[in-house]
Amino acid sequence: MSLQGMVDKALELSRADDCIVIADHVSSANLRFAGNTLTTNGTMESTRITVISVAGRSSGVVSRSAVRPDQLEELVAAADRAAREAQPAEDAGDLIAGTEPSASWGEPLQPTDIDVFGRFTPALGEVFAAAERGGRRLYGFAEHTLTTTFVGSTRGLRLRHDQPTGRLEVNAKSADLKRSAWSGVATRDFADVDVAALDAQLAERLEWAKNRVELPAGRYETLLPPSAVADLMVYMYWSMGARDALDGRTVFSKPGGGTRVGERLAAIPVTLRSDPGEPGLACAPFTIAHASSRESSVFDNGLPLSPTDWLAEGTLAALRQTRHSARLSGLPVTPSIDNLVMEGPGDGRGLAEMIAATERGLLLTCLWYIRSVDPQTLLLTGLTRDGVYLVEDGHVVGEVNNFRFNESPVDLLGRLTEVGASEPTLPREWNDWFTRTRMPALRVPDFNMSTVSQAS
Amino acid sequence: MRQIDDDFRSLPLRRLADAALQRARELGAEHADFRLERIRAETLALHDARLEGALDADDLGLAVRVVKNGTWGFASGVELTPEAAVRVAEQAVRVAEVSAPINRERIELAPEPVYSDQEWVSAYEIDPFEVPQSEKVGLLADWSAALLKGADHVSARLLQVKEQKFYADSAGTSTLQQRVRLHPELNAVKIGESGFEDMSTLAPPVGRGYEYLTGTGWDWQNELAQLPELLAEKLAAPSVEAGAYDLVIDPTNLWLTIHESIGHATELDRALGYEAAYAGTSFATFDQLGELVYGSPPMNVTGDRTAVHGLATIGYDDEGVEAQSFDIVRDGILVGYQLDRRMALMKGLGRSNGCAFADSPGHMPMQRMANVSLQPAPGGPSTEELIAGVERGLYIVGDKSWSIDMQRYNFQFTGQRAYRIHHGRLAGQVKDFAYQATTTDFWGSMEAVGGPQTYLLGGAFNCGKGQPGQVAPVSHGCPAALFRGVRILNTVQEAGK
Repeated sequence: MSLQGMVDKALELSRADDCIVIADHVSSANLRFAGNTLTTNGTMESTRITVISVAGRSSGVVSRSAVRPDQLEELVAAADRAAREAQPAEDAGDLIAGTEPSASWGEPLQPTDIDVFGRFTPALGEVFAAAERGGRRLYGFAEHTLTTTFVGSTRGLRLRHDQPTGRLEVNAKSADLKRSAWSGVATRDFADVDVAALDAQLAERLEWAKNRVELPAGRYETLLPPSAVADLMVYMYWSMGARDALDGRTVFSKPGGGTRVGERLAAIPVTLRSDPGEPGLACAPFTIAHASSRESSVFDNGLPLSPTDWLAEGTLAALRQTRHSARLSGLPVTPSIDNLVMEGPGDGRGLAEMIAATERGLLLTCLWYIRSVDPQTLLLTGLTRDGVYLVEDGHVVGEVNNFRFNESPVDLLGRLTEVGASEPTLPREWNDWFTRTRMPALRVPDFNMSTVSQAS
Repeated sequence: MRQIDDDFRSLPLRRLADAALQRARELGAEHADFRLERIRAETLALHDARLEGALDADDLGLAVRVVKNGTWGFASGVELTPEAAVRVAEQAVRVAEVSAPINRERIELAPEPVYSDQEWVSAYEIDPFEVPQSEKVGLLADWSAALLKGADHVSARLLQVKEQKFYADSAGTSTLQQRVRLHPELNAVKIGESGFEDMSTLAPPVGRGYEYLTGTGWDWQNELAQLPELLAEKLAAPSVEAGAYDLVIDPTNLWLTIHESIGHATELDRALGYEAAYAGTSFATFDQLGELVYGSPPMNVTGDRTAVHGLATIGYDDEGVEAQSFDIVRDGILVGYQLDRRMALMKGLGRSNGCAFADSPGHMPMQRMANVSLQPAPGGPSTEELIAGVERGLYIVGDKSWSIDMQRYNFQFTGQRAYRIHHGRLAGQVKDFAYQATTTDFWGSMEAVGGPQTYLLGGAFNCGKGQPGQVAPVSHGCPAALFRGVRILNTVQEAGK
């Protein structure tokens, strides 16, 4: 039985007041490499049926993988029972009414497999050989995943979303492992990946690193490239939950109650936004919630998603929230969306031009091990990684030691002196969970490098 | 002693394994192993004593890993029929063939005795999945309601996992295992006129059953009764003065520092560069084995997969290696690494010490962390005696924020609470603190470890590593310990305020 058939059958079997069924099919293929050779690899395929039963104002959720048609009745009965026995759900509300089914609802699955790397693997082999000749050692990971999600409900939802997600990370090191550089790209199908071009960029950076400059901890003018900006903005986006802000426990809480929506946060009128239809970054155009949490509600399954500004011209415009938290906050319903775009006013300069315009400062490659230190200010700590470069009189003059930073992305917004041109980028740290971003480089006049890290 | 559940045992484990392993052999694999796993996880989340989210989910599937012509191949699937098992074996071989042109290191595995038809079940009394959800929610709601009398908001979470694994390989080993783990946690928030503070319970995640919530292994009533007053004291506490302090670190905090600065640093795959692009490498490189001064002489660290109630405890690892205990740091010197079968043979270390693990049937096993633990001093001091030896310092309790660099040199940790130590006595809480150090400096500054009476097994459910990313549960035992002259930051000043 097809997954669509399983959704229909499960909805028929439910004896609850209402029912939502989500069927996910995930296929993926990956290649991992280290020291110019393959290390591990694999293909994976899985299916999952999640049944959300509604009894009065209570819900029950049971999710099982590898479900056979003859096991559906037991699965649905378990969800129905869980709903009957549960406390009333705080987020209970009307389910989203279905309209037209997705046009692709009835089409068969088209899983990915190892052949998605058909052209990429030989190119990677050639790059390994070139790196070997050039005295570089390459480490990295390539993965392609296709997730197909079907959402059906007793209120008529029949929605489908196919989400391709691909990523390639390449880390180049000198033969003595003392110099290190990184680059990564997000892709939907690997057809647009030019691994030789990535290797050429990395080779240039390893050359930059031949002149080593030791600098102490302190505050430096710093150019954050798009990947580093993505990691900071994604963390901030994840911290923009309306419920926690309303509770008074985040940087977005207004002292005395309420949220800071409407408050100017950025010195430069930047925009931070999400749009399910964003070209090249397309993601699910409706809410998919397997369980309720602080920022998601199973009752919102199927809710259409619209382009949303989180920061509009430097002002906090929205927080991530469900219909339930919107009722509490009195603000518009602005659910989570799986992409993030940051843009400055007008056409910003590219990173190369920003370097050329720098008298003295640091150019970072990426950030790592980013963790919250203080939620009151959203103070984050973390490390610079795989290349910190000293820029003097518009030129990169050498590589600097790594640092531990302590900085708040919210505070940084207020101190920006330049926003570059936005470009698609891959967050270094968070790309296991978030790959669809377009970010600018940023200039910060006084980035807090708290201490020196010996890591190279 | 619990038994393996009948509904898992009754799956066609052997039949599917035989079909897959036979097909892999026919296609020329030098080695093949097969796993069939079911991982059931239930998460309950409450906010202000009301149910916020509940999810009961499982992950069931099979996996085949092969070595063909010296190259790995891995595939997994979800259909539990012999025909599907054969297809997965064929896919694994195909992956090995596609990958062979870019593989330059021949894969060979350290020998291991064959274990036929072995069974192992972890030490627990009450299967949490046999307890009605309403009873569990009711208990968490009661606890939350009690905390709300002294807090503005309370979050409660209970994670419950039952992991069932069948493993068989082409050498003849077959194992059937089941283990259970729980992580309950409550967090209370109190909002003041100039900000807010929060505090979480210190009870560690454990390899126990539901009995952990009803009086076995942790005194919940005592901890919950104290928490509101401790939180109120923290909210009113003075901000710490930045500078160098002597630290007495409670095991509820120190376990995480061990995890990050010793556990990951002594994973041999990291030391050899196999994690270089992701989790990173290690300052504890292989050429320093037997020589690196990791810390002071009282530092003795072991790895084990055998500690009762440990989260990394198992009977046999995911390469069919029997669980063991081994030395990592002895008298302050690096003497061992955590291994899998491939690395053990590659580096001439003999047998693997059993640290291979895959977090799901969809993932390939890799070297993951054993229970890495700092040993107490027999007859050693109590926590109070350690504090008595400090003139000006801090006593740090409970884990919170953590971050360490990609070679495990530079770290920064905070905690749930810190008490000022003045003339050998506790003198009230301070807030806004973080400690920052370089690994070998920090462990070199450890003057004393507490006795067995201070020892506690801490841990986490969610240790991340590898690409594709995998999470592993792991415990770390340690006593309280005394460190001299560690840098303390004021996090408000760090934020430029």
